[in-house]
Amino acid sequence: MFVDIGKPIADATNTFIEWLIVNYGDVFESIANALLTVLVLIEQALRWAPPWSVLIVVGLIAYAASRNLLLSFGIVALAWLLGSLGLWEQAMQTIAVMLVSVAIAIIIGIPLGVLTARSDIARALLNPVLDLMQTIPSFVYLIPAAMLFGLGKVPAILATVIYATPPLIRLTDLGIRQVDHSVVEASRAFGATRWQMLKGVQIPLALPSIMQGINQTMMMALAMVVIASMIGARGIGETVLLGLQRNDPGKGLVGGIGIVILAIIFDRISQAFGRRLQAYRTVGG
Amino acid sequence: MALIDVRHVTKVFGSRPERALARLKAGASKEEILAESNHTVGLYDISLSVEPGEIFVVMGLSGSGKSTLIRHLNRLIDPTEGEIFIDGMDILKLSIRELEAFRRNKTGMVFQRFGLFPHRTVLQNVAYGLEIRGEPRAAREEKAAEWVATVGLTGYEDQYPEQLSGGMQQRVGLARALCTDPEILLMDEAFSALDPLIRGQMQDQLIELQSRLRKTIVFITHDLDEALRLGDRIAILKDGTLSQIGTPAEILLDPADDYVRAFVKDVNRARVLTVETVMKPPPLRLTDETLEQALAEMQRRGAEIGYVLNARGYRGVVTRDAVNAAIASHSGPTVDEIAVGAPSIAPGASLAEALPATLSSTFPVAVIDAAGSLEGILSATEVGEVLMPARQLEAAE
Ligand SMILES: Nc1ncnc2c1ncn2[C@@H]1O[C@H](COP(=O)(O)OP(=O)(O)OP(=O)(O)O)[C@@H](O)[C@H]1O
Ligand SMILES: [Mg+2]
Repeated sequence: MFVDIGKPIADATNTFIEWLIVNYGDVFESIANALLTVLVLIEQALRWAPPWSVLIVVGLIAYAASRNLLLSFGIVALAWLLGSLGLWEQAMQTIAVMLVSVAIAIIIGIPLGVLTARSDIARALLNPVLDLMQTIPSFVYLIPAAMLFGLGKVPAILATVIYATPPLIRLTDLGIRQVDHSVVEASRAFGATRWQMLKGVQIPLALPSIMQGINQTMMMALAMVVIASMIGARGIGETVLLGLQRNDPGKGLVGGIGIVILAIIFDRISQAFGRRLQAYRTVGG
Repeated sequence: MALIDVRHVTKVFGSRPERALARLKAGASKEEILAESNHTVGLYDISLSVEPGEIFVVMGLSGSGKSTLIRHLNRLIDPTEGEIFIDGMDILKLSIRELEAFRRNKTGMVFQRFGLFPHRTVLQNVAYGLEIRGEPRAAREEKAAEWVATVGLTGYEDQYPEQLSGGMQQRVGLARALCTDPEILLMDEAFSALDPLIRGQMQDQLIELQSRLRKTIVFITHDLDEALRLGDRIAILKDGTLSQIGTPAEILLDPADDYVRAFVKDVNRARVLTVETVMKPPPLRLTDETLEQALAEMQRRGAEIGYVLNARGYRGVVTRDAVNAAIASHSGPTVDEIAVGAPSIAPGASLAEALPATLSSTFPVAVIDAAGSLEGILSATEVGEVLMPARQLEAAE
């Protein structure tokens, strides 16, 4: 009754991956190396710096984003808690992976969001892909990714980017589409080029939505840390993983608390920043 | 040559305008087409031209296509059919780059719904056009500040649009359009959000500005008084078609159809119409003729009175009886000496201003222009007829 298409798909995929490895192995390796270089640099800086200096920097960033002393102190206290939980090293590793992943997600996500906002065709084509990226279990692409890039942090970053970019694309698209039509028209009437319109009107007015996308991307990236640690990304996820593997629920809980703390820190800072970007909406009122 | 030349422009909104266009040409109405195919006819077969330096007003009820029409002039909307020439250039043939340059350099626009940038301050909004042109910050903000002052918003430079009232926002929109010093100004209900006092001031300001800058202005309004006050010519749109194009006087005195008539029926004509639009040619112009010559001339032309105008200016009126009497009494050699001083009015005066003179004078009043020449005459009867057209008199009876 059934026609067997599962096996041909599986075979074709395997053949394709093998072909990629054989023919473009060098390319993937150099991509992996480049990524790794950046990542290691950030990670080493974070781990080399004395924790108190990292705490100060975190506090300064929080203040710059929020202009709120209380919030900044709260965030510093949370970061201090990370160290007190014995998770400092792991947290720095996780932050490094996150920063790189989120940066890549932004570099890919915002332009794609702009593209889909511009073109209904691009949107129709990209939408199913985004659905797929968000629903397909990450292991499905982790296996080939590990084959292409080797175990470790690079496939972890890749998996994180695949998982965490779709909301940014969607919210960028939404944000730009929601910009008041009459404002865009005014810009056009003054002879703005597409780029001028994008840079001067559409992106700034879509920023609240874009910032929300970045915020979600960060949260989803954090959700990936445990899975990422399974392919050797280290970090706080590894603590949770070890807790699981060694039947040590206490360790698992501590790791879990660490992830939650990181989530709160990133969330509060990015939200505060998002709010300040749209200060004009609240002036006087 | 006309600066703006719109030829047979039709605009059908919808995904497949061709079929609707064919139906339209076959005589279907806007409502039928909307019901049949869900396509909206925005404009149908519009042709008009706007001369350089003119204020061209477009009027019509809501939904008649005014905004659609003005958006064609800088191609915010492309027509379904027809041609648009600006300064002899077919703007429908411009590439995207050329079109952007055209909009940057030639046109400025004020929007019905303001279209201000909410994330920019008043000053940055006004400077936007110059920024798009690539002017350095200091220069553009200096010019922008001048325009902010011109529209009376000094002190609000650093506020955001949201912090301003509707009328103030509209003035920001006006300053933004003027700041690039465009040759063509497109103003879509630019004053409609203003209260009557400010509105009057802005109209005065526009007229004053126009007398200095000589822009070509396409001005859209709902308000006939505004149209009559500002417009050199007025186009009246109805359901996407042109009912009439003409000077204010032509529209008022000779409405093309019932739609236009309905528009103009409540106008205070006395305030709007000027003397020159209703005056009659003078029956007889006399200068320094002798009494006999004057009498002969009066008899030949069948004129009962003559208007005496010589090197010393307008001297007044002589009647045939007075000439006859003077000849009989041998009292004077020229008409100048027997002319009875009479009031005169300027051709540009409104009928309301002219009315007292026409009522107090036994004879039709002479219309004398600034150069001192006799342009025509105006009697109270004519004024009365214009102010109270025959149709309305019948209706009143
Ligand atoms: N983008 C559009 N898509 C579809 N129909 C439109 C569009 N823009 C305008 N129309 C239709 O075209 C007709 C004319 O609209 P337009 O906005 O030009 O009227 P208007 O004379 O400016 O009215 P108002 O005085 O209310 O501003 C209306 O029937 C309107 O529904
Ligand atoms: Mg309109």
